[in-house]
Amino acid sequence: MKLHEYQSKHLFAQDGIPIPRGRVATTAAEAKAIAEELGGRAVVKAQVLVGGRGKAGGIRLVGSAEAAEEAATQVLAIHIKGLPVRKLLIDEAVGIQSEIYLGITNDRQARSPVVIASAEGGVEIEEVARREPGKIVRLTIDPLLGLREYQARYLAAAIELPREHWRDFIAIASALYRVYHRVDATLAEINPLVVTKDQRLLALDGKMVIDDNALFRHPDIAEMRDLDEEAPAEREARKYGLSYVRLDGSIGCMVNGAGLAMATMDVIELCGGAPANFLDVGGGAGAEKVAAALQLILREPAVRAVLLNIFGGITRCDEVARGVLAAMDEVKPTVPFVVRLVGTNEEEGRRLLAQAQLTTASTLMEAARAVVAAAQRSAAA
Amino acid sequence: MSILIHRDTRLVVQGITGREGEFHARQMVEYGTRIVAGTSPGKGGEWVLDGKVPVFDTVAQAVEATGANCSVIFVPARNAADAMLEAADAGLPLIVCITEGIPVRDMMQVRRVLDQRGSRLVGPNCPGLLSPGQAKVGIIPGHIAIPGDVGVVSRSGTLTYEVLYALKLHQRGVSTCVGIGGDPVNGTSFIDVLEMFEDDPHTEQVVLIGEIGGTDEERAARFIADHMTKPVVGFVAGRSAPPGKRMGHAGAIVEGGSGLASDKIRALQEARVRVAEHPEQIPELLDGAR
Repeated sequence: MKLHEYQSKHLFAQDGIPIPRGRVATTAAEAKAIAEELGGRAVVKAQVLVGGRGKAGGIRLVGSAEAAEEAATQVLAIHIKGLPVRKLLIDEAVGIQSEIYLGITNDRQARSPVVIASAEGGVEIEEVARREPGKIVRLTIDPLLGLREYQARYLAAAIELPREHWRDFIAIASALYRVYHRVDATLAEINPLVVTKDQRLLALDGKMVIDDNALFRHPDIAEMRDLDEEAPAEREARKYGLSYVRLDGSIGCMVNGAGLAMATMDVIELCGGAPANFLDVGGGAGAEKVAAALQLILREPAVRAVLLNIFGGITRCDEVARGVLAAMDEVKPTVPFVVRLVGTNEEEGRRLLAQAQLTTASTLMEAARAVVAAAQRSAAA
Repeated sequence: MSILIHRDTRLVVQGITGREGEFHARQMVEYGTRIVAGTSPGKGGEWVLDGKVPVFDTVAQAVEATGANCSVIFVPARNAADAMLEAADAGLPLIVCITEGIPVRDMMQVRRVLDQRGSRLVGPNCPGLLSPGQAKVGIIPGHIAIPGDVGVVSRSGTLTYEVLYALKLHQRGVSTCVGIGGDPVNGTSFIDVLEMFEDDPHTEQVVLIGEIGGTDEERAARFIADHMTKPVVGFVAGRSAPPGKRMGHAGAIVEGGSGLASDKIRALQEARVRVAEHPEQIPELLDGAR
């Protein structure tokens, strides 16, 4: 789960990382009032969960409360990578001397968190990583020990930070790891971490991603989820524990397991069709979940045919079949279905579905060919 | 023969009184696996599976009383880290964790401790192991594979079943199938299993099933090029998947590789792996590589 900049910085501040003074506004009038409190000079920042806000005109430096109001009006009217701007962060403007990058994420290969720093922070950091990898310093953090002070000192030295800032930098790096660990983050990034003209270190921008699997132990963080930023279908999917991504094709897919779901989409393309979605009903999918999944697929008007590919293991084919029947009863679909059930309790599943008017297939290739043909017929009709 | 599990594996099922644990324990017993014990805190002293399997409160008690040498875990995600650590603490050399949805922070810590203890973990978020005709540890449906000389290793769950089933339809048997799981931090890697298959006298050919994300397939490809003499056939799921969502700048800096199916397929092909276009093509490619 991604957090907004203002949410990330709020968590940073809880662990003692200095952030600019500022507050969230949802209207231009609020933006004006906050800018006034901050003394007029302020930065108006769109809060959307995508990168590239600056380039899209979502970040404006203003010199007065009136200018903040005007900038807020404009930014609230734009879309950034398709997302409407609903919230603004109004921060005090600070004089910047230099910009540092500081981030923590997980390194799959090292099976450990890794802390990354660079003297050249800012939006071009990935370009720096490609062009001059020597300017990026990375250190592996032992998951049992956490970030040690000497490691933070090593980073400060390696990015050639002037010695007078080491104490503050070490405190910030240690705090960033604390918050990363505390909330089960998979990314915590300060970019840029600035040295201000009056020689303070300040986290000007912040980004955090939280491990969805860990939200059960962070109810307060789970509540931070911005439902406005999610497509309705994806919100619905999450409610039922389904993994769903909408795509542009015409063949709805319901599959158990992400790998098999992707392989099913691949085979549909190989047979000349185009999948309308990725949908993994997950392991142990019961009837209710299957019914919810089918309704989700059929809500999409572009869907011309549906392929159900279930290979039972922890999922039982008879329960899937019951879900399919329940959903068909409720939704009364008009598009053709192709069903393939193999694995745990497959005979019972097939017996249950025999009464419904469905095309069945025994191999994946056969199922894909059948559903592509069915979609073509149904589009022509 | 087989790798990791065989006829003589003595299995303890952690979470044997839960819905999934009980259901799959029964399937494993029906397959012929020797389940010598189960654990369920607070239910020690009971007998399950028609009175055939004793339940213990702790793994240590189960190991002491029954000589179990392998554990399979069916407990919920929030208890799974504890279950893996408990199994390692009881001295079990092989731990198979089926549970999905375990926080990555837990897995990084568990993996670090297990490495120190010398326990091998398979999974989590995996279908487990199957040595056809001998034993199954996990949830792979037994009837979809027959004994033979093909070793199968996969990051996926149900896609693995698809491949086993395709092999069976072509009368191709399997020595052992290992589902290593798709989580970012897991126990056993592709390379660990490839090494075991290379050394196993009863495995003649290997099937490797990957998917988009990470760089495990690329690393496996390098290992195959440098160390494998046995033919390997591959499949990578996700060619049709749209490019994944990005994980901030740090993710891009750390990951390096693109995670795309096309790059993985190219890396495997450069290691002389025959890569199938779809799962049901795998048996043909195996026949061609013999």
